Amino acid sequence: MGQKLLMKGNEVIAEAAIRAGCRHYFGYPITPQTELMHYMAKRMPAVGGVFLQAESEVAAINMVYGAASTGHRVLTSSSSPGISLKQEGISYIAGAQLPAVIVNIMRGGPGLGGIQPSQSDYFQATKGGGHGDYHMVVLAPASIQELYELTVDAFNISDRYRVMTMILGDGVLGQMMEVVDFRDEEIIETYDKSWAANGHGNKREHNMITSIHLDPAVLEQWNIGFQNKYKLISQNEQRYELFNCDDAEIILVAYGSVARICKGVIKEAAAQGIKLGLLRPITLFPFPAEAFEKVLNIPKAFLTVEMSSGQMVEDVRLTIEGRKPVYFTGRMGGMIPTVNDIISKVKEIKEKHD
Amino acid sequence: MEVVFKAPHALVDVPMHYCPGCTHGIAHRLVAEAIDELDIEGKTIGVSPVGCAYNNYLYFNCDMVQAAHGRAPAVATGIKRSLPDNIVFTYQGDGDLAAIGTAEIVHAATRGENITVVFINNTIYGMTSGQMAPTTLLGQMTTTTPFGRDPKVNGFPIRISEMLATLEGPAYIERVSLHDVRHIRKAKEAVKKAFKVQLARKGFSLVEVLSTCPTNWGLNPVEALKRVEKEMIPHYPLGVFVGADLEV
Amino acid sequence: MAKVTFREERCKGCGLCIQVCPKKIIRENQEKLNAKGYFPAEVVDMDKCIGCAFCATICPDCVITVEK
Repeated sequence: MGQKLLMKGNEVIAEAAIRAGCRHYFGYPITPQTELMHYMAKRMPAVGGVFLQAESEVAAINMVYGAASTGHRVLTSSSSPGISLKQEGISYIAGAQLPAVIVNIMRGGPGLGGIQPSQSDYFQATKGGGHGDYHMVVLAPASIQELYELTVDAFNISDRYRVMTMILGDGVLGQMMEVVDFRDEEIIETYDKSWAANGHGNKREHNMITSIHLDPAVLEQWNIGFQNKYKLISQNEQRYELFNCDDAEIILVAYGSVARICKGVIKEAAAQGIKLGLLRPITLFPFPAEAFEKVLNIPKAFLTVEMSSGQMVEDVRLTIEGRKPVYFTGRMGGMIPTVNDIISKVKEIKEKHD
Repeated sequence: MEVVFKAPHALVDVPMHYCPGCTHGIAHRLVAEAIDELDIEGKTIGVSPVGCAYNNYLYFNCDMVQAAHGRAPAVATGIKRSLPDNIVFTYQGDGDLAAIGTAEIVHAATRGENITVVFINNTIYGMTSGQMAPTTLLGQMTTTTPFGRDPKVNGFPIRISEMLATLEGPAYIERVSLHDVRHIRKAKEAVKKAFKVQLARKGFSLVEVLSTCPTNWGLNPVEALKRVEKEMIPHYPLGVFVGADLEV
Repeated sequence: MAKVTFREERCKGCGLCIQVCPKKIIRENQEKLNAKGYFPAEVVDMDKCIGCAFCATICPDCVITVEK
């Protein structure tokens, strides 16, 4: 396309996947991500791809497992409760080292929860909601443009490391519309897929895609391999944005749509003579520890802001290791933190440290 | 003299882990013979279940994918939709297909997914040592129905072939048995026909194979075959439920 | 004339072949244990074998090859 379009977040992700060469989508309806499916239902057939609505999210993730086993690029998307249903499949995909991309447009939880935006699936996404020592690469876009660019990157990262990559958005990002500037050409990285189960054609030994290894010594070797992969990913793929941090008294830590609000907070605080900065993780796994090391000595304290009870804040604390105080403020249930909510917390912290 | 019977090429020449006299081994051979005779090993991809056959990806010489418990039909769907010209089969037990995987098998069938399902019904969970399965017969003792399956507590056994035959998606469904040589040969024809249905792109095919579990039934292998004939077939009648007149 | 060969190390002593052989010429070789600890099946009177392959058909472990 190579053009600018005003698009809805959910649809941009779908278009990005197609531009990244993904020709297989398996999904199931759930608010607030369903427009992604509608878009795929129209576009996939038009590009000769596969769109299939599965009987459940459990079936959908296993269809992804099947398609990924053949070496093809494949996408699925859902929202919080649906992502919970997919956790077993995600663990299998990790265990079998299959590249695939999954999108979680988060909504309020737990249980059926609500359909308003939330960030309460951070732990599930970054600490592994399924069983076993595994990780997905988790990317957290904060704009429609990033939904596009990070989705394209997600497919490359998945193939590069044979890992599942998650786009972790929320109801705001999924539903809002902004201009997206499509590149003329996408960088589609290709990697050896001779491991794929796509029929040996009498030209090679048969391939086996599996995650079970009853011999514990063998299973441990596999796990050591996975952990090495995650270290490598952590070295190469940490992404973050530092905004206005140079002389910040307090640095806000926030991702996704909450990071956008924080930029508003920074402007408003400046008007009140309070210097704030923002550290915005773009990769939630690997957690951008580098960013914290860069700015550690600048502020008096860090304030993590999330639409949850405080999940990423634990990783912030783990990274800072007590070298600087870390505070938290947030809203739950789909309530969105307001600029004033955050500013009042900032003032509270300032009183303690001024 | 010439060889008139030998192990099929599509079976990897390794010992299988199944218990002595377990007819899983026969079912594996029938699938492999069908693959050999139709010369499709190079383009076939099989999906292993969770259960006794969990690692039968080690036993087939075609590409294999191991699936989460009950999800083989969905995994097979993902594979088939990605490689429509390849041949895709699942090999599943009654716990895998008729318990946790009922939604997946029903929807693969109703979609008319162009895959072949080899469904082993031995009325018990073998791998986990003898629990009740959805196909466990009334009164049958298992480690979870120690006093015999009571319908008031655990309901009634499911006839999968008949159930799926009510759907319009399937092209071919047959129930066969392995309890004697004649029935094994008929079972082989059914398995081969199922693969032919897929080759002819006619849609969903499933062969339900009545099979034994000597270890967990507490019977010796010969007695176990008798049980299939005397107790299972009356409840699970053999025959073609869909596609009897299908020419492939 | 027909001939069957048993891969004795693969036999699990399940006895199915013994039961279906129409000529009743297969028996358990009690003098020999295979590595897995089973008494492998063996043919006692190969001349009587008619090459029907009943034994091979019912064998779950591809132990038997039949020539005719």
